[in-house]
Amino acid sequence: MSQNNSLSVLLKGILKENPVFVLILGTCPTLATTTNVAGAFGMGIAALAVLLCSNILISLLRKIIPDSVRIPCYIVVIAGFVTIVQMIVQAFLPPLYEMLGVYLPLITVNCIILGRAEMFAGKNSVGKSALDGIGMGLGFTLALVAMSTIREVFGAASFAGIAIPFMEPYKIEFLVKAPGGMLVYGCLIALVYAITSGKAPLKKSFTCAGCPNAGNCHTACTEAPAAAETEKGDAQ
Amino acid sequence: MDLFKSLIIILLSSVLVNNYVLSRFLGICPFLGVSKKLDQATGMGVAVTAVILLATAVTWPIQKFILDALNLGYMQTVVFILVIASLVQMLELLLKKFSPSLHKGLGVYLPLITTNCAVLGVTINNINDGFTFLESMVNTLGVGLGFLLAMVLFSGLRSRIDETNIPKPFRGLASTLIAASFLSLAFMGFAGIVENIFA
Repeated sequence: MSQNNSLSVLLKGILKENPVFVLILGTCPTLATTTNVAGAFGMGIAALAVLLCSNILISLLRKIIPDSVRIPCYIVVIAGFVTIVQMIVQAFLPPLYEMLGVYLPLITVNCIILGRAEMFAGKNSVGKSALDGIGMGLGFTLALVAMSTIREVFGAASFAGIAIPFMEPYKIEFLVKAPGGMLVYGCLIALVYAITSGKAPLKKSFTCAGCPNAGNCHTACTEAPAAAETEKGDAQ
Repeated sequence: MDLFKSLIIILLSSVLVNNYVLSRFLGICPFLGVSKKLDQATGMGVAVTAVILLATAVTWPIQKFILDALNLGYMQTVVFILVIASLVQMLELLLKKFSPSLHKGLGVYLPLITTNCAVLGVTINNINDGFTFLESMVNTLGVGLGFLLAMVLFSGLRSRIDETNIPKPFRGLASTLIAASFLSLAFMGFAGIVENIFA
């Protein structure tokens, strides 16, 4: 990773290591907040803000935090920033606050943020961590917007709340319901795999490699360390 | 009797209608990750149920008697996640010391549960929905049972998928998600049943 210039650190989050479609992190908000474009965009930007701030702070503190208690420290830092974002959204964008509901505080346990803290910010300089935060956050936002566009246009015949009249007779309401979200997500993962024809380090199956607890956990994900190794190998 | 009825409705609706995994997408990581084998799926389901019951029993009084009393409602996220993380750690230590056999069965799932959104989600939802302590506990039990039910059903479904020949791009997570979508579709059929159960 050392020879990578800062541009590629920024850009890799957008497609090559897209957190949603390639690293498969943060599945909960991806499925839950993509029923409409406005909510998905809001969630993406909120996560981007938290990810950027927490990446910078964790990278600054990486030499101070003892290794054995790093996960609780990371969680406190992240929860702090989530609370700040939550208060800002509640004060200035009350409709978005209503729309996101419980998923806004749940950014705390979004695997993308803890995963990047563990995989990147805890090991790299402040500048690189900030770029990684922006790249990953943009990748997350783009993925959410892409998925919500499909779901809203075909499922509710509207885009960001603006009705599209000629789609009205053809709308498939199933897509904005819970099962439709999983169906669209599954198809998009397959599509990204087909486009990159397996060049991206796509996981063969869902493992705990991206999970910050993978090191602590033995039987439940025995394949995790191996998968993490191959992922690192592919990325280089 | 009315109390009993309302508790049954809360329980059934959180097990079947508002199933956390299949209709609210909370706790979907372990649902997709640890559902390959029936015994692992059951172990994870039981461990999650135990942890969320404990977490609700602790966070509800904290919210009512400490955060609300001191006007510190905005600290909810930070306090809850810390309480949950330390609870899980403590539970693991206690199990290790007093019941090694249970620790062997459930212990491996415990570290994974700290970052499970179902745990933080259910504790926050109980407060947001304005449930009393009893209602919160019943709702939490329902969420846990619903999670267990979804895990067990889905592990059966997945063992069938593993035997089939699927096109290459769909192998792995893509086909798993599509299968989960069908299970979720089946659970949509429960909508409207619970409200009319005593009618």
